Amino acid sequence: MSTAVILGMGGLGCPAALALAEEMPGVRLVLVDDDRVERSNLARQILFTEADVGQPKAEVAARRLSRLVPGARAEARVQRFAPRSASDLLAGCDVLLDGTDSFETRFAANDAACAARIPLVHGAVLGWGGQLLAVLPGHGSCLRCLFEGPPPPGAVPTCAEAGVASPLCGLVGAAMASEAARLLRGERPRTLARLHQWDGLRGTERDVQVPPDPRCPACALAPEAALRHP
Amino acid sequence: MPVIVKIPAPLRPLTQGQSEVSVENAATVQAAVEDLSRRYPGLRERLLDDKGALRRYVNIFRNDEDIRHGKSLQTALAEGDKLTIVPAIAGG
Repeated sequence: MSTAVILGMGGLGCPAALALAEEMPGVRLVLVDDDRVERSNLARQILFTEADVGQPKAEVAARRLSRLVPGARAEARVQRFAPRSASDLLAGCDVLLDGTDSFETRFAANDAACAARIPLVHGAVLGWGGQLLAVLPGHGSCLRCLFEGPPPPGAVPTCAEAGVASPLCGLVGAAMASEAARLLRGERPRTLARLHQWDGLRGTERDVQVPPDPRCPACALAPEAALRHP
Repeated sequence: MPVIVKIPAPLRPLTQGQSEVSVENAATVQAAVEDLSRRYPGLRERLLDDKGALRRYVNIFRNDEDIRHGKSLQTALAEGDKLTIVPAIAGG
């Protein structure tokens, strides 16, 4: 049995979890989020309804997935991912999906995945822009090969400041699930060493190659992660 | 033929909504950034730090080449090159 750990049950985590549960119903989904459902979430966080406001996102999402997808195996972890909790959360993890709204968490997840040789699917949105990058430690690049580190607080607009386009969340979240499914099947992900970018306002997409940084502190020395069925 | 610079969505408020802008006569990425900074106030601060280096959470590609892996801002430009600015985003 395979395990996918999804960080952040927000605008990306909700559609990613639903799509992955539908695509691979036998996969164990570990849903990680310490936040509670707010009314302003409902437009893009598709596993929640008005009646869920105030409840822990991870628990609501796990319950809803179990009802929506027969055979789905979803478990809730009401906690925030941090380097301290990484080894516990990533135990038995076959693929990690990161849809969190924190730069610090994203870089911590990248570093932990590289160190533990766990494939990672990084998805992010802001306004009408979206990004997707698959990381297979030892077989390409990682988030730190692309960006050296997180910005200081306030340097980059947050979701609350810039907004997030709801339709784009569905698109990027589903693409994250698609990449995770490829990794779980032992296939090469389409965005390995390649950052895929969406411009939802103009309806355009483009890729940039992300070459491995031989000095990358996260992945340059990480041992190779093997595809499950190479 | 000018160098084309692709502007990501989060920076377009600074370029009057334009997704692409052109730069004439820029011999290096540095020169292109300086030219853009004069025309679009606020852009320099989003791309470069106080010491004039590329910010650690922004990247620039010359065609398909990550400039961080080469000469960074001193990367030479030729007519017809495309620069793509890629900022880190973290919404989810």
